[in-house]
Amino acid sequence: MTATRGSVRHQVRLALPPDEVWELVGAPERVHEWFSGIESCTVDGDQRVVVTRSGLPMPEHLLTVDATLWRLQYRITAPMFREHLGTIDVLDLEDGTSLVVYSTDAEPAALALVIGGAARAALANLATVMGLGGPAT
Amino acid sequence: MGRKILFVTTDQQRYDTLGCNGGTLARTPVVDGLAAQGIRFERAHPQSVVCMPSRSTILTGQHPTTHGVWMNGVPLPLDAPSVADVLHEAGYRTALVGKAHFEPFLDPFLRFPENALSGTGTEPPGGLHRGFEHLELATHGGIGPLHYAQWLAAEHPEALGGFYPVLDGSLQVNGAGGGDTGAPQVKVNPIERGIYHTDWVADRTIAWLDSLGADEDWFCWMSFPDPHHPWDPPESEVARVDWREVPLPAGYPEDRSERETIIDGKPRHWRLWYDGTLVSNYEAPASWVPATLTPDQVREVNARNAVECELIDEALGRVLGRIDERGWSDEVDVVFTTDHGEFQGDFGLLFKGPYHVDALMRLPLVWRPAPSASATPSVVTRPVGLVDLAPTFCTIAGLEPPPWMQGGSLPTDDADADLRGFERVLTEWDSDIFGTSVHLRTITRDHWVCSTYLPGTSHDGTEGELYDLADDPLQRHNRWDDPAHRPVRDDLVADLWSSQPPSRLDQLVLESPV
Repeated sequence: MTATRGSVRHQVRLALPPDEVWELVGAPERVHEWFSGIESCTVDGDQRVVVTRSGLPMPEHLLTVDATLWRLQYRITAPMFREHLGTIDVLDLEDGTSLVVYSTDAEPAALALVIGGAARAALANLATVMGLGGPAT
Repeated sequence: MGRKILFVTTDQQRYDTLGCNGGTLARTPVVDGLAAQGIRFERAHPQSVVCMPSRSTILTGQHPTTHGVWMNGVPLPLDAPSVADVLHEAGYRTALVGKAHFEPFLDPFLRFPENALSGTGTEPPGGLHRGFEHLELATHGGIGPLHYAQWLAAEHPEALGGFYPVLDGSLQVNGAGGGDTGAPQVKVNPIERGIYHTDWVADRTIAWLDSLGADEDWFCWMSFPDPHHPWDPPESEVARVDWREVPLPAGYPEDRSERETIIDGKPRHWRLWYDGTLVSNYEAPASWVPATLTPDQVREVNARNAVECELIDEALGRVLGRIDERGWSDEVDVVFTTDHGEFQGDFGLLFKGPYHVDALMRLPLVWRPAPSASATPSVVTRPVGLVDLAPTFCTIAGLEPPPWMQGGSLPTDDADADLRGFERVLTEWDSDIFGTSVHLRTITRDHWVCSTYLPGTSHDGTEGELYDLADDPLQRHNRWDDPAHRPVRDDLVADLWSSQPPSRLDQLVLESPV
């Protein structure tokens, strides 16, 4: 693998309108409620620190929390990342359902896969946490 | 009381590293002795040449296409079938000690049970994980959440820094050199031998066996992380094999132009990797250029690898000694193999990747049936696969292999193999990571190895490799485009595609690089 920067995207469709999904996904301080493997988080202004199940603290910089666009963006600023951008978009499918898209861009590339893989599991968990039996079909 | 099963795997060990297979560097009297008493297989192949897909095949008895773990970093689903489950349900006590790797290693969120288990002990929540009631896990060093690393950090923290860091600061496979020659993934490791992971795996296996009642049946998968790189065995043992005295392997053409001519006869990703232009898979260091490999580096890597093989052999000897002390010797089947091979200098390369040649595909496999079974020692030359192990364990236990297993119980000799149709073995490769994809399918039949490539980053789908093992055992001459070999090529390709196992309906997702 010669790529130094990795880009990964996962999505889930939920049988809920976007404003209801955004209520949880757009709240930076509630990420541990739906992102499996994040045990806790603290938010201070635009700084967030999540602690993973392995006990690893990950400092983050919140870049965008846009309740109109339903977009949340953040950077992990831990030293192991040369660059990171996480983007969560909630899209209105205009049929009472939503599409949640979680994009992870990172250098080193390997970390994009690690964070992106966890984000995929988090999206799958989101349906359960929001009281749905599973993703919408 | 039935036959007990000690299943021993190593990681990334070549066929020719055992004395019984003609190896001359490492002394392996324990495995050689098992081979003399049992069945030695001369053409055992993995169904994938990287860890996670291959280990998933061992556990499920299915080809990667079917179990779905198509590359490293794709976790085996938790509800995948498992031979350990079958044995446990039949009353066997079950344990896995050492390297599992059915789930990705890079997991800061501890999403995967293998990585989370050491936090709660050695017995999985719910009682079983993939059919194992007891798991004590290890990998290639002292870092991470697995039991060995946690134990080392708690009991011998001074030893942690002695290991070679498998990954570099970019979480790529490390290409930094060490030792006397600057060979990649070589390091002087001052760790005491007794706390190195090879002996730890044997110690923990013995401890689990000691916890069992004399009359219990058991299946123990003892899984050594070595001789997979890094090549950092305990410093105290390195003098066993003086690298300066190591002959260059037959597969390493010392003359550079000869080496490059051979590689140029193969599909283009070989040369691209050799030149450092394209590293098409994660398992080889992105920062290391194979063309820079020197003869002395090949010697040093082979020497250290041999030391690691000797330590494994001695550790196995200790476990067999304990089995003897427990009075079980007559009732224990021992199966020894590995998950895939290693270039170790062949063609001027190290490590592994999408290259289906003997360095990576021809594996050591020895089955010493329980002496109570009165089996006749033999050598099997017909092709078999790791996919055949799970049904073999069922047969040893007196069980009918379930229909989801795709292999057959290993033959006991060539006549048995011919009678039961052990004619071909399949191996597959798929990788698709950050825009670079490689896909190939291989059949080994009669004395031929035939690989066909599907479209990918470096291939348009017309490429292939065809080697005649009878007159070209080192696979230096690719006959794919030779018109004289077109009939045999067409026959093998047709057989390859008509023999493909069923595909899993949904493609599993890559969740980590490894």
